[in-house]
Amino acid sequence: MSVAHDHDHGAHDAHHHEMSFIEKYIFPTDHKYIGKQYMFTGMFMALFGGFYAYVFRMQLAFPNMSVPFFGRVSPMEYNAAITQHGTVMIFWVAMPVLIAAFGNFLIPLLIGADDMAFPRLNRLSYQIFLVSAVVLIASWFVPGGAFGGAWTAYPPLSADARYSLTPMGSSMWLIAVALEFAAFLLGGINFIVTAMNGRAPGMKWNDVPMIVWMICIASILFMASVGPLVAGAIMLLFDQNLGTNFFDPRRGGDPILWQHLFWFFGHPEVYVVLLPATGMCAEVIPVFARKKLFAYDTVLYTTIGTGVLSFFVWAHHQFVAGIDPRMANVFTITTVLISIPIAEMVFLYIATLYGGSIRYTVPMLWALGFIFAFLIGGVTGIYLGASGADIYFHDTYFVVAHFHYTFFPIAFIGTFTGFTYWFPKMFGRMMNETLGKIHFFGTMISFNFIFLPLFATGLGGDHRRIYNYNNFPELATPDLQNLRILATVALLVLIAFQFIFIYNTFYSMFFGPISGTNPWKATTLEWTTPENPPGHGNWPPDNMPTVYRGPYEYSVPGREDDFWPQNQQS
Amino acid sequence: MAAFRPIANTRSATGIPTAKLAVWWLLVSEIVIFGGVLASYLMHRLGHPEWANYAVHTQTAIGATNTLVLLSSSLTAVLAHQAAQTGDGKKAAKFLLATIAGACLFLCFKAYEWHGEIEEGFVPWTNGFWAFYYTAAGIHASHVIVGAIIMAFVAKDAYAGRDLHRVENVGLYWHFVDLVWIFLFPLLYIAK
Ligand code: HEM
Ligand SMILES: [Cu+2]
Repeated sequence: MSVAHDHDHGAHDAHHHEMSFIEKYIFPTDHKYIGKQYMFTGMFMALFGGFYAYVFRMQLAFPNMSVPFFGRVSPMEYNAAITQHGTVMIFWVAMPVLIAAFGNFLIPLLIGADDMAFPRLNRLSYQIFLVSAVVLIASWFVPGGAFGGAWTAYPPLSADARYSLTPMGSSMWLIAVALEFAAFLLGGINFIVTAMNGRAPGMKWNDVPMIVWMICIASILFMASVGPLVAGAIMLLFDQNLGTNFFDPRRGGDPILWQHLFWFFGHPEVYVVLLPATGMCAEVIPVFARKKLFAYDTVLYTTIGTGVLSFFVWAHHQFVAGIDPRMANVFTITTVLISIPIAEMVFLYIATLYGGSIRYTVPMLWALGFIFAFLIGGVTGIYLGASGADIYFHDTYFVVAHFHYTFFPIAFIGTFTGFTYWFPKMFGRMMNETLGKIHFFGTMISFNFIFLPLFATGLGGDHRRIYNYNNFPELATPDLQNLRILATVALLVLIAFQFIFIYNTFYSMFFGPISGTNPWKATTLEWTTPENPPGHGNWPPDNMPTVYRGPYEYSVPGREDDFWPQNQQS
Repeated sequence: MAAFRPIANTRSATGIPTAKLAVWWLLVSEIVIFGGVLASYLMHRLGHPEWANYAVHTQTAIGATNTLVLLSSSLTAVLAHQAAQTGDGKKAAKFLLATIAGACLFLCFKAYEWHGEIEEGFVPWTNGFWAFYYTAAGIHASHVIVGAIIMAFVAKDAYAGRDLHRVENVGLYWHFVDLVWIFLFPLLYIAK
């Protein structure tokens, strides 16, 4: 046990103590390795999420055709595909990649520590996450099929197998989600504690790189919002399997209770995934504008303000669920208010660009792309927040387009920003710029062609939970159908461009040019490791970094270099 | 067990010991879980005055006894902490064992109580009140069980004089479990 230890030699002992094969190669405790495990598990799950999107988009564009690689899509399969697409993308792609993968990889490196505060807890968190993914995938193949009650799992549909027709699928879905929550609660505690206590000597709170703040604040938001839904998940599980009556009105339950529990979590959750993505922009933009992040403190305060406000907007998802109209007014006001700090943050990033010497590297392109795309998502959110307008917009493709202009930038553009930026630190090699740019433009253009048409079909009346629009004469018009086909074709193009990314990733990982430890000439601590990629412990235990200044000292007048690393004394 | 302790774990930029900080954050995440159950229950209880007719069947005497049992076990947890602070691991272990005994007593009363209620036909699917009654108390009881198991490990180490700081941390968790019951008891038993 550890107490009797001489702390300074802790890192050495790691090399000496006996490790089994599994401990050493399959489940090590090194934070960089666990981060990569999360990263690749998340990207692997994204393949499923993308495949489901392909299946249901094909059905919408070409109703009742036999979809290549899938076959004819039945109504049950269609519902399952939509449900699992949403679930996978939010809980098994955005969360593990943005929070867990980048959090694990970056937090110790950026605060100048050798590992997480609790490495074995960290490994346990990944193992639970892996089990949750296995349970979810297994639920697609059980008798009755996968759960098809949408990612929001509203009762009564989700509460009783007689309605959902998926007796095993619904419960396994719920168990998988609950396990996933447990994994991220453990991971979050680790992140927060590590960032609070494990910082390098000299690193004050305003020397902490923004991405660390963002991931920690996101973890706190997650922790503070998910509790009621954990309780709700237990209650729903009892409704499904014991016959309790929490949520099913036929048995005296209250379905609106679930909606409150779900959205009390669900709205903060969108900021949970948003914050890491904006954090990546905050790291990448100063490096490639060679300019200090504009108004560090204000970025931080807007983030905290957004986080606090995000707990008071949830009922904007329930404007037409029968809530009191006076309540709707309150939630309209809070929803409009929350756009203020978010807009402010966007302005601060643009102000960082102003007057900088901008370099359009691949990570920079992604960061700029994020700001552009997210802006459309945020602005359309304000329309939806007005309860009067939302009576018409609710549950149409306008909402679908809105949240994809937020989630796609977050989950994919944000990830590509961070991934292409830290790739040299993760694998020690550079990615191919040309392929990276082709991938960037291909993805951005096709992404817009998927979701711009959906704003139009939503305004044209497309309800979002319809299997075949031919069954609705007023919606089966060629105008609307052409837009649906356009969106589907654009999706196929977008998927095709991802193969370039996959190729670039794996090719560069093994054959890319060696990057050196600081290819971007950046100031934060991860670029100061003696080895690249950093070895176990990141720095030699007797030579851990000390911090002398803030993270964004670029183009400081009077200095020869245009960057001033945080650990350089003078 | 691995002997490795990373440098990150030994640092304390906030001045709060790392393990204790982690326990506090764990409690934050637990507070919102119970907060969700209790808020849901309260809203429903206010919306369903007739639930008072079901609540009369709960056994306040057993609930009160269990409150006393848990409060006493919190006291022994404090005494264990005190002993650990003076470096007396053996004494700390004994007080932790007393706390575990309290947890077991609590669970025995609970089992007896539930047994009687189920015999009378009050099961989780009887109606909304009993659904909340069993779910809220059940989640709490599972915390009692987990707490007792963790305390057993901590007591074993403390007895050997190792990791005495954990005595305080597990005590923090135990006070929280106790506190949750202090909310559950009036809401499920006294409000009739
Ligand atoms: C962080 C970026 C955001 C994300 C990830 C996001 C995500 C979502 C999601 C997933 C939904 C629909 C859920 C469903 O019904 O299945 C949604 C709906 C909504 N969003 Fe956003 N959103 C974001 C930003 C905003 C902003 C900034 C606002 C307002 C200022 C906003 C206002 C709304 C409203 C009012 C709805 C409800 C529409 C309806 O269901 O009728 N969102 N958003
Ligand atoms: Cu929302």
